[in-house]
Amino acid sequence: MNIAVCIKQVPDAKNVRIDPDTHTLVRQGVESIVNPFDLFAVEAALKIKDEFGAHITVLTMGPPQADEALREVLSRGVDDALLLSDRAFAGSDTWATSTTLSTAIRKLGKVDLILCGKQAIDGDTAQVGPEMATLLDIPYATFVKRIEIADENHLKVTRQTDEGMEIWKLPMPALITVIKEVGEPRLPSLRHKMRAKKAQIPVWGVNDLGLDPGAVGLAGSYTQVVRVFSPSRRGDRVLIHGTIEEQVDQLYRYLKEAKVPGI
Amino acid sequence: MDYFLTEEQKMIRELAEQIATEKIRPVRAQLDLQDEFPWDVLRVLAQSDLYGLYIPEAYGGMGGGILENCLAIEQLARACIGVATSFAASGLGAYPILLFANEDQKQNYLPDIASGKRLAAFALTEPGAGSDVSGVKTTAVRDGDHYILNGTKQWITNGGEAEIYSVLAITDRAKGPRGASFFIVEKGDPGFAFGKKEKKLGIRASATRELVFQDCRIPRDRLVAREGMGFIIAMKTFDKSRPGIGALGVGLAQGAMDIAVEYARKREQFGKPIINFQAIQHKLANMAIKTEAARALVYSISRYMDSEPSDVSKVAAMCKVFPTDVAMEVAIEAVQVLGGYGYMQDYPVEKMMRDAKILQIYEGTNEIQRNIIGQELNKEYGRMKETFF
Repeated sequence: MNIAVCIKQVPDAKNVRIDPDTHTLVRQGVESIVNPFDLFAVEAALKIKDEFGAHITVLTMGPPQADEALREVLSRGVDDALLLSDRAFAGSDTWATSTTLSTAIRKLGKVDLILCGKQAIDGDTAQVGPEMATLLDIPYATFVKRIEIADENHLKVTRQTDEGMEIWKLPMPALITVIKEVGEPRLPSLRHKMRAKKAQIPVWGVNDLGLDPGAVGLAGSYTQVVRVFSPSRRGDRVLIHGTIEEQVDQLYRYLKEAKVPGI
Repeated sequence: MDYFLTEEQKMIRELAEQIATEKIRPVRAQLDLQDEFPWDVLRVLAQSDLYGLYIPEAYGGMGGGILENCLAIEQLARACIGVATSFAASGLGAYPILLFANEDQKQNYLPDIASGKRLAAFALTEPGAGSDVSGVKTTAVRDGDHYILNGTKQWITNGGEAEIYSVLAITDRAKGPRGASFFIVEKGDPGFAFGKKEKKLGIRASATRELVFQDCRIPRDRLVAREGMGFIIAMKTFDKSRPGIGALGVGLAQGAMDIAVEYARKREQFGKPIINFQAIQHKLANMAIKTEAARALVYSISRYMDSEPSDVSKVAAMCKVFPTDVAMEVAIEAVQVLGGYGYMQDYPVEKMMRDAKILQIYEGTNEIQRNIIGQELNKEYGRMKETFF
């Protein structure tokens, strides 16, 4: 079984600052980490490998320093890594990112399963997984908490939705985005860490992928960030205490004072 | 401070630190409170390859030495020496096999110890024999293709949890120290049972139990080396393991200091953080000086010992005694810096202070270490022809 895991290098949310003038993320001097949800995707892949055997390739699109994120994941036991890096990829929105990643996966050859985290903690779109599946014309399932091998050609996955759980059977190849319930990511091992340190990670650019530079990066993006702003402050909130009767009384008074129509 | 560690050594330290921070620190208070053996953490350590640092690659280890092992132990100890002791004690149990066992025995036991699949333990101490090894009463009598063990071992770290035990027993009482031998006993061997789990002042995450041998019958090929080698095996094992106890001391001292400095920078009295008061600064400075001195000693002696010199008893003893005395002093001072808060269980330093005491006692009391150093000095200077007057 061949598994591809897509990861993203993101700023460490513990130390994120917003520039008060431009309202954008200050990225200088902020440590980068592997998107936490992607580590769950890595763990899901490693679990399948532990149980059934698999070859896992991890890939990311990003600047040259995204190489570190790949090594971090290699140190946890993934087999191979691939970096998609090119100036032409800069400014990609989710569509351009999905185009680049899915083209790379097609070039990898036979891939039975593609795993992604449910979303990245910086952009929070949760679009890249489903878009890739659409571009690759394969089925996908999002917000998955459990992956089982149903038979030689099918996966049985459990999705967590707001309404409850859904159990799906998917033919392979398929793409799955996972949530944290899939299992706590394991820590690195010394042997894998040593291997990760020495690993020669191939870098593919726009030419290696045979893509038109106009189809990737900012040029290939349907969306552009025009402005970033902090949402305006929400109104005051009050917590009401007491018995049900007291709470109802108080609530009624507040609503009346606020001149809510109909009170 | 840079100790010019290799890339690999830095990686070991980094990995052990990550495990300590993410997996040990959050649970240490609970392990301590509930006397709970840290199986969850030990499984993570097994997966991390750290159990086999000092074991040759031919037996599934990482092929490092004492320094590599000490680097890992130090970082684990920074979070909790109860957990770190459980980890390090497996190494103590493994050394008699690593140093003296035959090829079959090594192949049989070392790969499982290196992978953390089976935990090892070392069993010497008895109710009447600790510092004085000659008081050992446990006997092993040859019976055809078997040995039959009888006796009781006391305060055995990892007792009941470990699968593999290196046990010292008397095979010929008439020969005195040359009548002791080492045996490998497995959990589940007939006639081998465990006594009660001890209640301790500190290192409560580590399990300490009695081992009871009642006509315990083991195959003859569990004898390590030859009959009569027991005392030598014990001494050579301690030479190898003592720097690890030093590393526990360095880690504990560093852990206590980390908390004391952070606290002193935040805690305000008389309108300013208490780190601005010289009384506190001098305490912290002394803690830092001693901790760094202990670390420098452990690293340099470990490096020296990894070069396989012939006689290491003196430096190995130094490597145990100084850092463990430092750990005790630094832990006491850390509690003092935190004042009333330090005495409460809400902060980790009271546990560190309770934990630190064992370092001066186990694996040869610090008094015994000083005896060894003194005797070695006497021998060393006795061999010299020159005079210094």
